[in-house]
Amino acid sequence: MPLSWPLSWKTGGFLLGAVFFLAVALVKPIGVSTQFVIFDGILWSAADSAVVAVDEAAKSGYTSPNAYLAKSGGKYAKAIANPLNYGFVFVLAIMLGAGISGWLRGSFKDAHRFMPEVWLENHGPTPVRRFAVAFLGGFLVLYGARLAGGCTSGHMMSGIMQTAVSGYIFAAGAFVAAIPTAMFLYPREAQS
Amino acid sequence: MTILLAIIVGAAFGVALDRVGATSPNLIIGMLTLRSLHLMKAILLAIGTASVLMFAAQLIGLVEVAHMSIKAAYAGVFLGGMLLGLGWAISGFCPGTGLASAATGRWDAAVFVIGGLVGAAAYMLSYPWFEGTAIMADIAGGKSTLGAVPGLDAPALIPGLRGDLVGIALGGLFIAAAFALPERLSGSGRRQALPAS
Repeated sequence: MPLSWPLSWKTGGFLLGAVFFLAVALVKPIGVSTQFVIFDGILWSAADSAVVAVDEAAKSGYTSPNAYLAKSGGKYAKAIANPLNYGFVFVLAIMLGAGISGWLRGSFKDAHRFMPEVWLENHGPTPVRRFAVAFLGGFLVLYGARLAGGCTSGHMMSGIMQTAVSGYIFAAGAFVAAIPTAMFLYPREAQS
Repeated sequence: MTILLAIIVGAAFGVALDRVGATSPNLIIGMLTLRSLHLMKAILLAIGTASVLMFAAQLIGLVEVAHMSIKAAYAGVFLGGMLLGLGWAISGFCPGTGLASAATGRWDAAVFVIGGLVGAAAYMLSYPWFEGTAIMADIAGGKSTLGAVPGLDAPALIPGLRGDLVGIALGGLFIAAAFALPERLSGSGRRQALPAS
């Protein structure tokens, strides 16, 4: 018997809030999107070992010929040179936790793991189109998150819970773009 | 020790994202089309709960203020937020939920993550376009909070306000908003996809 899913917004929201509190109580606020850069950097430095270099003069002790990886005292370069750091392991652990949770509710046996029902209702059963849109979505989301300096986790959730001004600015930009776009692209509700 | 905490808190976050339904593009798109506010209510409750707990724990000395980390405000935060919003709406994923969703076996989420890795690489290479421009210049005090949080080295937008008390008050407001929001703001309502509450 698979677990009932999803939780009510009350139980689920409280659980999510407790995790955000726990993170800042024990270590630091939750953030995710930086680790896409770190993973890219790990792949890049595997192909070209000059991407990250030891630099005694840098605050982190590392630098890079890439201006983005070298910024803020080379902290990204340092994380790439030492992948076993808090932020990177944290994001791997998200996948572990979600995978276990999904397995317990039977998510690997879901009928629609290529296209969600709302996609099928509005755009029909062509996986290639859904994949093209998912790829473009991923590109825009991470390009935007890096320009903004954080994503839905780091800016919106962690930022607003700490009363950060930047968190409110980010959330305004995200919803101003997202709500009309979603209403335009998905006018029909899934009927499953 | 830090690595152990990364595993515990990260896994707890992954479980919470999946249990609340944030790994489902149906529910994300439901929220953004205002047809199912399940996730909006959950997010508001989560932000409110975390804010009240953190600032209250600081007040009684249980949580170190130094654990806070405030990100800078600049025009690029709004622009980047809009780009993210666009990609979020077309795909139904954001960085954390996309990774979590891929881990639950969604193939479209895995493609989203690959797109995200390419997008992050593109930003890495195009960063010199933005560096030093007005888009990246601090606004509203840069790494600022709404009020002045005692013990935090961050400028306040309104220096006369006690930042921690503001955080508790706003946290309460977010929780109230979560309860006040209806289950849906648009659509017919002929179908209840979710447990009532």
